Amino acid sequence: MTMMLEDLQDIARIEHDRHDSFQHHINVCIAAGCLSCQSDLVKDALEKEVLRRGLEKSCNIKGVGCLGLCAAGPLIAVEPEGTYYQGVKVSDVSDIVDALGGSPVGRLDCSSQLPFFKRQHKIVLENCGKIDPERIEDYIAAGGYEVLYNALRIMTPNEVISEISTSGLRGRGGAGFPTGLKWTAVSKAVGSRKYVVCNADEGDPGAFMDRSVLESDPHRVLEGMAIAAYAAGARDGFIYVRAEYPLAVKRLRKAITQAERLGVLGRNIFNTPFDFSIKIRLGAGAFVCGEETALIASIEGRRGTPRPRPPFPYEFGLWGYPTLINNVETFANVTTIIREGGKCFAGIGTEKSKGTKVFALAGRVNNTGLIEVPMGTILRDIVFDIGGGIPEGRKFKAVQTGGPSGGCIPEQYLDMPVDYESLAQVGSIMGSGGLIIMDETSCMVDVAKFFMEFCMTESCGKCVPCRVGTTQLYHLLSHITSGRGKLSDIDMLEELSDLVKNTSLCGLGQTASNPVMSTLKYFREEYLTHIEEGKCTAGACKMNTSKEGR
Amino acid sequence: MEAMAVDSTKPEEDSRWRLINRTIRLHGSAPDALIETLHGVQERFGFLDLDALKYVAGTLKVPLSRVYAVATFYHYFTLKPPGEHTCVVCKGTACYIGGAAGILDDINQTIGISPGETTTDGRISLLTARCLGSCGLAPAVVLDGQVCGRMTPDAVLEKIGSWTSHDDDA
Repeated sequence: MTMMLEDLQDIARIEHDRHDSFQHHINVCIAAGCLSCQSDLVKDALEKEVLRRGLEKSCNIKGVGCLGLCAAGPLIAVEPEGTYYQGVKVSDVSDIVDALGGSPVGRLDCSSQLPFFKRQHKIVLENCGKIDPERIEDYIAAGGYEVLYNALRIMTPNEVISEISTSGLRGRGGAGFPTGLKWTAVSKAVGSRKYVVCNADEGDPGAFMDRSVLESDPHRVLEGMAIAAYAAGARDGFIYVRAEYPLAVKRLRKAITQAERLGVLGRNIFNTPFDFSIKIRLGAGAFVCGEETALIASIEGRRGTPRPRPPFPYEFGLWGYPTLINNVETFANVTTIIREGGKCFAGIGTEKSKGTKVFALAGRVNNTGLIEVPMGTILRDIVFDIGGGIPEGRKFKAVQTGGPSGGCIPEQYLDMPVDYESLAQVGSIMGSGGLIIMDETSCMVDVAKFFMEFCMTESCGKCVPCRVGTTQLYHLLSHITSGRGKLSDIDMLEELSDLVKNTSLCGLGQTASNPVMSTLKYFREEYLTHIEEGKCTAGACKMNTSKEGR
Repeated sequence: MEAMAVDSTKPEEDSRWRLINRTIRLHGSAPDALIETLHGVQERFGFLDLDALKYVAGTLKVPLSRVYAVATFYHYFTLKPPGEHTCVVCKGTACYIGGAAGILDDINQTIGISPGETTTDGRISLLTARCLGSCGLAPAVVLDGQVCGRMTPDAVLEKIGSWTSHDDDA
């Protein structure tokens, strides 16, 4: 079947008519967070209740992607009133249906005027919580695949790349490499085949942005990949996604099947010579596979060990062919950039970091969940305004960004704008977007140990500095947290950290010591208290300070 | 390469292998389908045993050493049979800050197994996950495939207790 613009518009019109035929819309979040609070049961109960009352023609119940405020799940949104309900249980459904068109159910009300909702700027998440992730029609009604049509029919590949370059978009996987440059490199690379790969191996513990995007708006990623493939001259695409995200995998599979059936993926898309197909490859629980050369090895069915670069994947990637690898969030930005123009996107954010960033807010903060804010937003606003501050009146201690490759940022830098450069200046990284908030009950030495244990077990073992260095660092940290530390251990930690950073083969090892170095820099007194006084002020470490223990 | 010819009877007897063979064919029986195939085997059998590894090696025409290397490199694959019930404690950063270590300690003290172990009666397996991505619900525990958010050591132990007592009734 050849899809044309009119067909897309027909589908969209039918959807809009269907939408307009209802007076009330109840959107139930069915992303993984709310699902684990049984939002599926709430949705079933709502459907039954509406049927029981004979309201099925006036009230539409729809499962939608992440509404953001995971802490208050299960969340539902009632349109057109714009009411949010939080912590909804099956027993609440009749009250909710009663309240349709009237005043909202007070005990469940979650104000949509909260800074959490008001202060966000949604580009990547614009459809999250609005469309049904399992229906391509709903995505098309929201303007989906029209950008791909315009790109294929009106723009040349170079024009597409130049929009992306103008936008100043940088890789959202963490390193922040300019996306336009990467696309240019792949399009100029010589090869009889080329590949586009979407890195959905979101391995950072404490990060769930990519999962939410895939679960809430999978077609957006597929469309972004197709546009990238057109720009780069690729015909085949792979999505490398974690096996630990079964729901995201299921929705992606469904989305690909739907897109193939409608002909927006496959051969001669929109009656042009452009062919593009996407396959899913499951990860198998190896953090190092987020590194692009290891990811390539894993897609090829081998152990996921990185190799030295150059040659970079843009010239020598999958099976030796030029390969474009971008992160989920990067691809999710593409449709908006092409639709609104690169200049418009470049108007958001700071001088060097353009656009928005999705963050997963978690840890000791009231409003845990998924947020999207313009680059350059002040860290304090994210933690205290959007995040709602620290629960139980405890004191803020640090915010950890960038997962095991990042660092802990202390209170004195809270008034810093969040962008690639500022974070690097204070010894952390943007990373993929996990923000873990810690309060006074978290011991920073223990946190450093936690991340070092992670890096130690996740080190693939190929290069010595990373394999041996992380183990030694872990043992030093274990000594300190168990009360057996010596003052000389701190010097050793610093020396080893420096060595591992500068001599490891890939990003895992090169950044593995960041948590140690940043906590040593900002929370050195905690290390000293552990060693000299044999106690852990946060009360997190089990100290064994008896003489025999030393 | 002789090692691969071993025990091909078992795969033919079991209908589960038909589905796995289909996965293999879908990928054109190419060596790069190795990880996908192992996923298929583990999904249907719960773990990867030596016979399965040999069969996969023979069908995909990759050395058994490489199949073994891949199966042991990735944390998701397990070579040991799981217990009847599984309890997976998330050890992601948010869950760690939220007290996942306490949950693991309590389980260890109560039923005496550490992560990666199964009780001697084969009833309960305790596993840890790197990060489930349910950080908004930390600490998260997956009990028999169901993700449960904001868990406490007591809540997890209660559920584990219900498994054992329920099985006794039956």
